[in-house]
Amino acid sequence: MNAITIKQKLNAVPAASLKAKQLIQNGVQQMMIPLAGILVFLLLWSAAAQQIETSLGKFPGPVTVWQQFGGLYQEHMNERAKASAFYERQKERNAKRVAQDPDYVPRIRAYTGKPTFFDQIITSLITVMSGFILATLISVPLGIAIGLSKTLNTAMNPVIQIFKPVSPLAWLPLVTMVVSAVYATPDPLVPKSFLNSMITVTLCCLWPTVINTAVGVASINKDLINVSRVLRLPPLTHIIKIVLPASIPMIFTGLRLSLGIAWMVLIAAEMLAQNPGLGKFVWDEFQNGSSNSLGRIMAAVITIGFVGFLLDRSMLQLQRWISWDKTSASR
Amino acid sequence: MTTVLEITKVDMVFPTPKGPFTALKEIDLKIAKGEFVSLIGHSGCGKSTVLNIVAGLYTASTGGVVLNGKEVLEPGPERAVVFQNHSLLPWLTAYQNVELAVKQVFGRKKNKQEIQEWIEYNLKLVHMDHAMHKRPDEISGGMKQRVGIARALSMQPEILLMDEPFGALDALTRAHMQDSLMEIQSELKNTVIMITHDVDEAVLLSDRIVMMTNGPAATIGEILNINLERPRDRLALAEDPEYTHLRSEVLKFLYEKQRKIENITQHKDNTDSKKNSRSSNAAA
Repeated sequence: MNAITIKQKLNAVPAASLKAKQLIQNGVQQMMIPLAGILVFLLLWSAAAQQIETSLGKFPGPVTVWQQFGGLYQEHMNERAKASAFYERQKERNAKRVAQDPDYVPRIRAYTGKPTFFDQIITSLITVMSGFILATLISVPLGIAIGLSKTLNTAMNPVIQIFKPVSPLAWLPLVTMVVSAVYATPDPLVPKSFLNSMITVTLCCLWPTVINTAVGVASINKDLINVSRVLRLPPLTHIIKIVLPASIPMIFTGLRLSLGIAWMVLIAAEMLAQNPGLGKFVWDEFQNGSSNSLGRIMAAVITIGFVGFLLDRSMLQLQRWISWDKTSASR
Repeated sequence: MTTVLEITKVDMVFPTPKGPFTALKEIDLKIAKGEFVSLIGHSGCGKSTVLNIVAGLYTASTGGVVLNGKEVLEPGPERAVVFQNHSLLPWLTAYQNVELAVKQVFGRKKNKQEIQEWIEYNLKLVHMDHAMHKRPDEISGGMKQRVGIARALSMQPEILLMDEPFGALDALTRAHMQDSLMEIQSELKNTVIMITHDVDEAVLLSDRIVMMTNGPAATIGEILNINLERPRDRLALAEDPEYTHLRSEVLKFLYEKQRKIENITQHKDNTDSKKNSRSSNAAA
């Protein structure tokens, strides 16, 4: 092809429309391909579900699960309506009593209905965040200490390597017994089962942050350390001004891994500790064994996955927000 | 001239898995106030080790360094270092990088207003006042090195140590930086030790060039006085016979007396000695 024809071709397609074409193409690639993936998955799922016969009926396909979501939402709304009706009645009653007897101080009793699926999600989120925040408060300082001191690193390494692969199920009985023994107040601030699952989450999700923080701190550019030495920065200033910012990208890598583990561990812990939450929801449905149970469990499975994904994304967003190194937060 | 810095009988021995490795042997050097001294030598000869000992980042195995009558035992801002690859903190702007140093050194002596003025004065000195609030990843390599120099200058060091400050820059930027440095020097008259392996740079900037022999057990081979008049102009000097002579003196030392790389013609039948020189390189 000679130069003239190329020029003609370029003229034939103006730059703007070329750009638009490219945008559409990118859009197609970014939207359509994942959508196609999901579609294929749904087809395979519903085909496979047809083939599986259990004692509780057919394995739920996508349509059943979708219906169950609707059912769960309906239950939630009904429960809310009941609760507000309860408070309404209480208010009326109190108003009447105060009218009869002005000295009466009205007491408002909390509604004690069954927690719905959506309440369970909130409970699970609270538990996982409490466990994760507690773990972060321990693991970041510990990781920095290990990263700064070779001796401490050598001393702690075997301990970390041994406890890192321990399953939450192994920790849980121990945690339960210890919590029962230590946390024996007549009027507990938080229920024991909450503490059990929170501490189990903490124990399991400590390690990735500890390890990544330690690696991040130990691999800080030597020149930056030398800058700090030439300036004679005191130890605390050195940590705040040099060590912490320099290892922020690695700390976040650890935190994201930790949060992922925390969420996975939580579901197992809630099942066993009977702490309200998504894990208990799954367990209760399993014990319940109604014709809806499998569909509702499957709905919970999808919810667990989706919440886990959202947790990871929000961690990424937090990293983009806090970290100076924007390239390390690209994925 | 009063002596500011005295390096006396410094040996440096590094422990290696194959036994002790003597990098430096009997380094003796006195530097006067306001003097600009270059250390030149082949790579791996221990120039940086000398600088690091003066900075206090390394401790000499035997011998020692005395600055203004006090022995050097640890790093400190009175011996500010300009590192080869700028080593600015990437999460801080140019201004904040200098601020960290100024607050650490003058935090108690200067008030807020004075600190701000002093930071801006130093950034202006290196012509970086237009990009004060940019972060290192937003400015060029030469600009980063300027900020690195501003940070070192802002500590008002008694001696300024520069470890191949322009080694990572392209030739044009390097020339520009050298001119800037001469301009700053004419104003501040700092005492400077600069490491370089650029012969022209050494002759252009220095009052004295200290030429080091090859390692292991490297030491000072020759010292060359550069009595060219200041201010120096690189274009005028290019034709100056005195400059050409001094330049060839350094070249002779490096490529005749302390030859490290063999001629290309000798290259083929000489692989064995090359291996040796490479291993000593790695150790140094």
